[in-house]
Amino acid sequence: MTSSQDSVHPYAHPYIPNAVPAVRQAMLEEIGAASVEDFYADIPDGIRLHRPLDLPAPLRSEAELARHMEELLNRNTSTRQALSFLGSGCYQHHVPAVVDEVVNRSEFLTAYAGEPYEDHGRFQALWEYQSMMAELLDVEIVNVPVYDGFQAAGTALRMAGRITGRRRMLVATAIDADKLSRIRDYVRPDHDVTVVPVDPYTGCVDLDAVREALAAGDTAAVYADTPSALGIVDEALPHLAELAHDAGALFVVGCNPLTLGVLAPPSAYGADIACGDIQPLGLHQSFGGGNAGFIATRDEETLVAEYPSRLFGLVPTTVEGEYGFGDVAYERTSFALREEGKEWVGTAAALHGIGAGVYLALMGPQGMREIGDTILALTAYARRRLAEVPGIEVPYADALHFADFTIRYTGGKTAAEIRADLKDRGIFGGVPTGGHEAAYCVTEVHTKADIDRLVATLEEIVK
Amino acid sequence: MTAPHAPVSVSPEEARIADKPRLRRFQQASWDEKLIFELGSPGERGVLVPATDPSIGKAEIPAALRRAEPPALPEMSQQQVLRHYLRLSQENLGADLNIDVGQGTCTMKYSPKINDQFVRDPRIAALHPLQDEDTVQGVLGIIHSLEQLLKEISGMDRVSLQPGAGSAAIYTNVAMIRAYFAARGELEQRDEVITTIFSHPSNAACAKTAGFKVITLHPDADGYPDIEALKAAVGPRTAALLITNPEDTGIYNPRIEEFVRIVHEAGGLCSYDQANANGILGITRARDAGFDLCHFNLHKTFSTPHACGGPAAGACAVSEDLAPYLPRPTVEFDGSTYRLDDDRPESVGKMRPFYGVVPNLVRAYAWIMSLGAQGLRAAAETAVLNNNYLLHKVRQIPGVSIPYAAGRPRVEQVRYSWEKLHEDTGLHSEDIGLRAADFGTHYWTSHHPYVVPEPMTLEPTESYTRADLDEYAAILAEIAREAYEDPETVHTAPHRSTIHRVRPEALDSPATWAVSWRAYRRKVLGEAGR
Repeated sequence: MTSSQDSVHPYAHPYIPNAVPAVRQAMLEEIGAASVEDFYADIPDGIRLHRPLDLPAPLRSEAELARHMEELLNRNTSTRQALSFLGSGCYQHHVPAVVDEVVNRSEFLTAYAGEPYEDHGRFQALWEYQSMMAELLDVEIVNVPVYDGFQAAGTALRMAGRITGRRRMLVATAIDADKLSRIRDYVRPDHDVTVVPVDPYTGCVDLDAVREALAAGDTAAVYADTPSALGIVDEALPHLAELAHDAGALFVVGCNPLTLGVLAPPSAYGADIACGDIQPLGLHQSFGGGNAGFIATRDEETLVAEYPSRLFGLVPTTVEGEYGFGDVAYERTSFALREEGKEWVGTAAALHGIGAGVYLALMGPQGMREIGDTILALTAYARRRLAEVPGIEVPYADALHFADFTIRYTGGKTAAEIRADLKDRGIFGGVPTGGHEAAYCVTEVHTKADIDRLVATLEEIVK
Repeated sequence: MTAPHAPVSVSPEEARIADKPRLRRFQQASWDEKLIFELGSPGERGVLVPATDPSIGKAEIPAALRRAEPPALPEMSQQQVLRHYLRLSQENLGADLNIDVGQGTCTMKYSPKINDQFVRDPRIAALHPLQDEDTVQGVLGIIHSLEQLLKEISGMDRVSLQPGAGSAAIYTNVAMIRAYFAARGELEQRDEVITTIFSHPSNAACAKTAGFKVITLHPDADGYPDIEALKAAVGPRTAALLITNPEDTGIYNPRIEEFVRIVHEAGGLCSYDQANANGILGITRARDAGFDLCHFNLHKTFSTPHACGGPAAGACAVSEDLAPYLPRPTVEFDGSTYRLDDDRPESVGKMRPFYGVVPNLVRAYAWIMSLGAQGLRAAAETAVLNNNYLLHKVRQIPGVSIPYAAGRPRVEQVRYSWEKLHEDTGLHSEDIGLRAADFGTHYWTSHHPYVVPEPMTLEPTESYTRADLDEYAAILAEIAREAYEDPETVHTAPHRSTIHRVRPEALDSPATWAVSWRAYRRKVLGEAGR
C-alpha cells in the first residue's frame, strides 16, 4: 500500500464534513485502513497525477466567493438595465413570482429520481404539466421535458421516420439556422433533410415548391415552425398538412406554446406531432440557458411507442382515493433497453416542466388569451410604426407576426452598425440577419412608450 | 383569552424528555391533494397580464389560425396555485432534506445555496444570448474560465460546455467521433462502438442513435470489463470505446490503459464517461489514461442541483485532434476580451440553442473556485472514504453481498446485492427501497439490466457526515432485520409516505395509460366529448 504521504493534508471545507482530521482518522481506523490511499490501490501509479491540480487558489469563504462573483456579474449588462428587443428563440417575458417561489424550493430543486413514495410531488407536478400542455395543445400525450426545442424537433422527426420508414424530411418554413444544424446532425444516420425555401416576398410557405418536392416520394415528414424563424404565423399551414398527408408523410409542427391562448394549436390543422420550447412559459432567459422541449401527439399506440422520453401516467394505488403515478410504457426507453430503446433518455429539463406548469396554472385560459393578444398587438404596432421610419422597410407586410419580426435598412449603414448605435443609446436589438436586415422582438413586457422610443431612436440612427 | 394556569411544578425527572429513538420517526407530508384540474373555479385568476394601450389597436388573426375554444386550463387565484404547489413540494424529498446516498451512480452531493443566488441575479437570469459580446463579458469569462478548470481536471486540450446534460454530452462526443472518421473517409468502415454493461444506458443508446452498431462487454469473473472480450470485439470496424471508470459497480479497472491501447491500435478512439469522476478528482485524469474524449455531468461531480431530472449540464473535453469538431460557437479569449467564435467549419454544429445551460455553468464554476485543487482532492478522498466506511457497515448486514473483486476496495460507490435476502425472504431490492421511504430517505435499486441480482447502488459522496452514514446503514440493517423477522412490514411498505403502493398495471396498456387529465377522463372515467 502507498503511504499516506501522497494524500493532501485534510481540509475541513464547509461542504466536506468528514474531512475533519479526527473524524477522518476515526473512520479509517474503524474500516481498518491505513489511509485513503488504500482505497485507490487499483489505480496504477503510471496514470496517477503526482502533483496537485493547477487551479486558482480557492476562494475559501463564502464572502470571498460572493465578492469574486459580484465582480464578474458586474461585467454583464442585463436586459433589465437596457431596453431589449432581442428574441429569436429566447424570450423576455415576465416570470410570475410564484413560479420562482416554487421552482426554487429545495424539495424540487435538489430532488432527482425518487420513487412515487418519496417524490410524489414531483410526479404529480410533472403529470399536471403534461396535462396542462395537453389542454393547450389539444392532444392527449405530452412528454416530460427534453433538453430544448431543438432536441424536441429532432426527436419528433426521428419519431416520424420510424413510423413511416421513409428517408426524407422536408422543412417548409423559415427555420433558425442553429435549429436546422441540430436537426441535420440528429437525423443524419437515417434521414436527409431538404429545406424548401419560403416565398422571398411573403416569407410564407411556397406550397408549389413543397408539392414538387413531395412528388419525389419517400418523405417521412413535413416540418414547419409557427411562428417561423421570421416571426410569421403562416396561413398556409393547414394546406401544408393536407399536402403532407396526401403524400403519406407525417406533419410535424414546432410551435411557441405561448401563442396558443389565441392561435389554433397545431393539432387543429392536421399536425401529427407538435413540438417546441417552453422557455416562454415562465423560464428566465439566463443567457440562453433556460430552455426545455416538449413533444405532443394524439394518444395512439404507434405514436406513443416512438417517444424516447419519459411519459408519466396516472394510476390508482392500493388505497382508494389516492393518486399514484408511474412511467407509461417504460420498455420504450433506453433506461429499460439500452441501445434497443428509442433514441436515449437521461437527465434533461424536468424542473422547467414544473415551472411551466405553475405558469400555465397562474395564467389560466384568460391569461393565455390576453398575453397572446397583447403580443400580437404590440408586434403589429411596432412593425407599423417602424415601417413609417425613413430608411426602414418592414418586409412580409401581409403576414401575421408574433413577437419576432424582421426589418430592412435601406440607408447606407449596415445592420451591424445600427445595432452598435442602438447599444450606445441603451437599446439591445436589431440582431443582423443579413448585411442590411435585422431581427427584433417585442413581448408583453414592452409598453407603447418602449416601442415609440425604439422608433424615435432608429429615426435618428438610420440614415 | 385562556384562563390563567394554576402554578404547577414538575420534578427534573418529569421534565426530562426521553432520548430520541435509534431511528427517526419520520412521516412524509400527505396533503391528499387534489389534481390541479379539480381546483379553482371559472373566472379566478392567478396573474394579470399588462394591458395594452388601446390606441395601438388589435392584430387581425386569420380565421383558420384562430383558436376555436379556449384551452381548458385551471382557473385559480394566486394563493391557490401557490398552496397547491407548496403542498406538492412538501410531498417531495429533495437531497437537501434526506441522506441521499441511495441514488447511486448519480453523485447526490450538496449544492451550495450561495451558488443559487448567483444564478437568480438578473445579471445572469436576465441576460439574452444575442446581446453584444461587450455587454456579457462576465458570463463569457465564467464559461471560458470553467473550460480552463475542466481542461486541467481532465488533462484534455479543449472543452465545450454546450451539451444540455450528461447524456447530451455523451451524444456530443459520439457525434464528434462520427465527424472525425467522416473527415478521414473512414466512417463507412468504422461503424461499431464498444461499451460495457455497467456504463450508463445512454452510452449504448447515444451510439445507436448516432448510427453506430453497439457491442457491449460484460464483466469478467472479477467484475472488471472483460479484456478478452474487448480483444475479440475490437477491429477495423471499431470507431470507439465508450467506457466509465470506475464503472457503476464502484470497481476501478486497473487495466484501463491497456483497454485504450488495444482500441487505439485498432484505429479507434476512446471516450471516457466521467459520470463517476467524483472519487478520482485530482487523483487520475482521462488524459493520463490516454483517452481522446471525456465528458462530465456538472450536476453530479460539480454540485449543480439535480432539479427533479434537470436542467443539468454537460461538459465535453477533447484532445487537440478532436478540437475542430467541437460544437460551435466556442468561447475565445485574447487576453483581454472574450468573444464567441462561430466560424468553425468542421464543427458538429449546434447541440442546443445558444451556449449551454448557463445557470449550471455558473454554479459549477463557483463550486470549483470555492474548493480549489486541495478542496477537489479533499472531496474525492472524502467521497471514497465515506464509501468504504459505508461498505464496511453494510457488509455486516445479513442478506447483503458485494459481488465481484472480492477484497478489493471500491472507489466512490458500491453495487451491492440482496440476492441472499431475496432467497431467504422472497423480498426484492425494490421492497427495501419502499420501506426505506418510511425512514425519510430515498433508495433506488440500480440501472437495468440487473446483471447483479437484486441490486442496490449506494454512493455517499463527500457531503454526508459520519452520523449520516451511520444512520443510513442503520436503516438498511433495520429493514433487513424486519425482512427476516417481520417480512409483511416490508412487503406492504411504504407506511409513512404520501401514498401507498402504486398499482402500475394500467401503465403498459394503451387502453388504460393516462398521460394527461383529458386522457384519464376519456379512457378511465368514460367521459365523452373532447
